[in-house]
Amino acid sequence: MTFLESIYLWNILKGMVITFSHLFKKRPTINYPEKKRSFSQVFRGLHVLNRDEEGRERCTACGLCAVACPAEAITMEAAERLPGEENLYREEKYAAKYEINMLRCIFCGLCEEACPKDAIYLSQTFAPANYGRKGFIYRKEELLIPNPVTEPEAYQKALGDKAGKN
Amino acid sequence: MVLLSLDIWLIVEKAILIFIIIGLSFFIAMYTTYAERKVAAWLQDRRGPNRAGPWGIFQPLADGGKLFFKEDIIPLASSKFLFILGPALAMTTALLTSAVIPWGGTLHIFGRDISLQIADVNIGVLYIFGVVSLGVYGIMIGGWASNNKFSLLAAIRGASQMISYELAMGLSLIAVLMLTGTLQMSGIVANQMTGNNLWHVILQPLGFVIFFVCALAECNRTPFDLPEAENELNFGYHQEYSSMKLGFYLFAEYINMFISSAVIATVFFGGYDILPFVNESKWGLSPNLLTILGFCALMAKIFFFLFVFIWIRWTIPRFRYDQLMKLGWKKLIPLALINMIITAAVVLWLKK
Repeated sequence: MTFLESIYLWNILKGMVITFSHLFKKRPTINYPEKKRSFSQVFRGLHVLNRDEEGRERCTACGLCAVACPAEAITMEAAERLPGEENLYREEKYAAKYEINMLRCIFCGLCEEACPKDAIYLSQTFAPANYGRKGFIYRKEELLIPNPVTEPEAYQKALGDKAGKN
Repeated sequence: MVLLSLDIWLIVEKAILIFIIIGLSFFIAMYTTYAERKVAAWLQDRRGPNRAGPWGIFQPLADGGKLFFKEDIIPLASSKFLFILGPALAMTTALLTSAVIPWGGTLHIFGRDISLQIADVNIGVLYIFGVVSLGVYGIMIGGWASNNKFSLLAAIRGASQMISYELAMGLSLIAVLMLTGTLQMSGIVANQMTGNNLWHVILQPLGFVIFFVCALAECNRTPFDLPEAENELNFGYHQEYSSMKLGFYLFAEYINMFISSAVIATVFFGGYDILPFVNESKWGLSPNLLTILGFCALMAKIFFFLFVFIWIRWTIPRFRYDQLMKLGWKKLIPLALINMIITAAVVLWLKK
């Protein structure tokens, strides 16, 4: 090292020029809660249990999603549709209990692929928060999409960008 | 009103001035923390704090509030009195230096000439050196009283670093004192406002660089922040501190930065002189307006140096301890000595 090098000044100045140039660079950060990035069409977020146009649950509790699930996050109990419940459930058999453990789920989308009734799909909602682990076991109340007949706006909102897809 | 041959109004005037300047130091230190985070973010292509208020301008208040509401822990094995004395000393010494800095010329209000300098002592520069050296005690006492090996190591590092760099700092200033022939801060500024209005940085570029580097070391700023080296000594001398005692240490650092910038601006950049090579009194402005403009000019210079302090911090990494000592003793002190000798020779030759 020469004497000039050993007092570091020149190199420090060069470094400072580099950092100064960064003052004028465009910042890649997005102000998240105010501004959101658009998702890809195939983004896989939290699950939604779908209804048909008349607002009936599509799920028939066949258990294919639970079988397909590599993380074994899905459990369900089937029940038979009673006379007079035709406006609630589309098929003769329905899911009385349907739970997805969101802490186990790996959001692979295999349940969506497996479903013969188009009853489950992955929405664009993500980053759920909860105070306890129990709260991450989503039951039917959390999973079911709003009724398109009684609450059409909430339904459209829940459908998100996937509206054209189904 | 004259009482006991003492001008009461002088005391009132100085008291007001002290309040204003202390308040200003606090305010600017507060917003230097904000500027630090903002500039750091910009230099790193981030956005920086932007949640508290528009552009995050209430961030310092939020930080201060957070510090106040934290639990104030005094370690059981610590020396309690010294543990509290440490941050208090750090803060006091940081604020004391502002007394001799001329913040502006004179204002003519209420039929009085009010000098914008708290104390125009004839040993201004010596006073600054004295008080800055006292700053070591804040670090040393805090580090020792914590009864923690890391803190003690950091305190010793801080003390030795400050003492080493004070030498080069003093030597670089001696060259300036040879040009001015006075230790009075107002005299140093006046010297830069008369004649060709040459700022000392033009006559003493090397002296300025040495002084600036030493000021960085005195403020424990990167690249000389060895006393608080997070990754080696986990936060150094304020490791055991929490709540507002920690806040005092951090705050004292920023006030030190502000005062150092003020000293650099005063000694090398003409203080409240607005422009170099220009005689402002010929502009035909009223003296009051000129004083206020001069104060603004000084503030602008201070803000520029604060920016440079921050800019350096986020550009270069910390020196290793041996590098620090080598730079201080083997590079800066000889350079300052050479600078001093050359200045002395030239001054003698010109006065022949």
